[in-house]
Amino acid sequence: MATSSVAKPRTRPVGGRLRSGLLTTVLLFPAGLWYLFLLVLPLTIVVIFSFGTRAKNGGYSPDFVFDNYIRAIEKSDPFITSLQMAIAGTIGCLLVGLPLAYFLATRAGRHKSVFILLLVVPFWTSFLIRTYAWLIILGPNLGLAGQIESITGAEQIQILGTPFAVLLGLVYGYLPLMVFPLYVTLERMDRTLGEASKDLGAGRWATFRQITLPIALPGLVTGSILVFIPMMGEYVIPQILGYGKTYLMGNALVTDFLEARNWPSGSARAVFLIIIMIVTIAGYLWFVNRGRQTREVSVL
Amino acid sequence: MTAPAVTTGTASARRSRAPRQTDRWAGLVEFYFRFHTVLVYVFLYLPIVVVVVFAFNGTDRVVTKWGGLSIRWFETALGDEVVKDALTNSFLVAIPNAFMATIFGTMAALGLQRVGKRLRLGFDTLTYMSVIVPEIVIALSTLVLFATGFDWIKSTFGIKLNFGYPTIIAAHVLFNLSLVLLLVRARLSGMDRSLVDASADLFATPWRTFRQITFPQLLPAIIAGFLLSFTFSFDDYVITTFTSGPGSSTLPLYIFGQVKRGVTPETNAVATMMLAITLILLFIGQMVLIWQSRRAGRRASMASVIAEN
Repeated sequence: MATSSVAKPRTRPVGGRLRSGLLTTVLLFPAGLWYLFLLVLPLTIVVIFSFGTRAKNGGYSPDFVFDNYIRAIEKSDPFITSLQMAIAGTIGCLLVGLPLAYFLATRAGRHKSVFILLLVVPFWTSFLIRTYAWLIILGPNLGLAGQIESITGAEQIQILGTPFAVLLGLVYGYLPLMVFPLYVTLERMDRTLGEASKDLGAGRWATFRQITLPIALPGLVTGSILVFIPMMGEYVIPQILGYGKTYLMGNALVTDFLEARNWPSGSARAVFLIIIMIVTIAGYLWFVNRGRQTREVSVL
Repeated sequence: MTAPAVTTGTASARRSRAPRQTDRWAGLVEFYFRFHTVLVYVFLYLPIVVVVVFAFNGTDRVVTKWGGLSIRWFETALGDEVVKDALTNSFLVAIPNAFMATIFGTMAALGLQRVGKRLRLGFDTLTYMSVIVPEIVIALSTLVLFATGFDWIKSTFGIKLNFGYPTIIAAHVLFNLSLVLLLVRARLSGMDRSLVDASADLFATPWRTFRQITFPQLLPAIIAGFLLSFTFSFDDYVITTFTSGPGSSTLPLYIFGQVKRGVTPETNAVATMMLAITLILLFIGQMVLIWQSRRAGRRASMASVIAEN
């Protein structure tokens, strides 16, 4: 009864409803236009192009072949490297992020908001600048490599241009994306559960494994996805810190599209990347829908 | 026994209540957590500090040799025409982008409240996609779209279109409008509906209700969305580089070019200015939010006074 009495004054005559429909259309129009022309259309073009062949002077020529996919699978090195780096990077973020999130959620006390703010601020600043800064930190002379050289007396220490430098850049760049969801889940954790576990004689490790970890799991999975997907397509970090030598999917895509001007081949690779993304998110949604309490953190 | 004194109340209470064998490690674990946290914050801020410090390096070119404190590289950067152009371009892209993304995103968030579940689900899928699809894929597919589209327009209508500000802005708006949409919608769902209903009951027109009730409540999200859109656009490299044309190079593009050729103290000076612009903006945004919440609070209390009468 209550709902009908509230709803009644809001139902308007037919003319009003028409106008309200018009308003809805107007409100959604610009965003819809953008999604259609700058998201759906480009991705559709990429899918169509992935079945084409390279035109003589570069670009795309209409066709229906699977060569591009076959080549993408045959020359899957960048894909494998990306996968390895993204997995290693995700694990790295987890190792660095989990203790931090745990500290923020349980031990930061009244300075909690300051800690969180300090975590957000770097995220607001240019990713490019924060990445290239590592060139100075890891480099020769005053940098880490230079310091190691002067301490150990070694001739040439090379950190930049190695997969390690790229990995460091990945972990550095995406760490906050891992920490936020972890923090949110740990923050909601019922502290008494841990105490109960202790009272029942469980040790620190057992409590962590059987209480904290299962509770943190949804945040852990969300965070992992949030860092894994962009890491798979990362372009700037391997270019700058890896000197382009750690050849990831992003680099391969740019080479295909811009240098080789082989749009179909690049498109096929892009489709692979999108498929990986869809598979990851589908797996995530499956995970989220498994248990109800996990749904709360599904808001990316 | 110094460790429990500094830890939070619950932790020390727990420990004193039930001293167990495992608690031998408690101090060590507590120490580790604190040590780890400090280390992570150093890790996060070290690069920023390094760039800023080395921007004041008085050395000639060799960036990693310390040559005393100096602001000469800021003078060089500010006198550099290329830097000035890039800075202008960055604003010319970021400001229109922020306005468009904020307006369109807010409109869409409001519109989505008024549609059925099906349409909303479709829209949501696209919103999440635009945020999640790797930037490089969006950038390159947008490049292909524009290139193909411009070719087609040229051969059909004979009009020659080029890459430039419009293409960069169009590409930036996609990502940013989704961001604003998500922010504003989160705010909408947490909003107090009873005020809107009360306003309608008091015979306010829908527009007036929106202006006086809904909009002020959404304002924090809208401001946050605007600032985020501006910074993302201002700092973006990947999408910009593939959608820019000759003469529309922005600061990140300039910095990337410099980095590829070898970082100079001038690069650091430009980067420091970029960091300063972003952080000042963040600070202003924070101030506006605080100011707005105070004002909104007063207005809300006034509204409640009127309602009581």
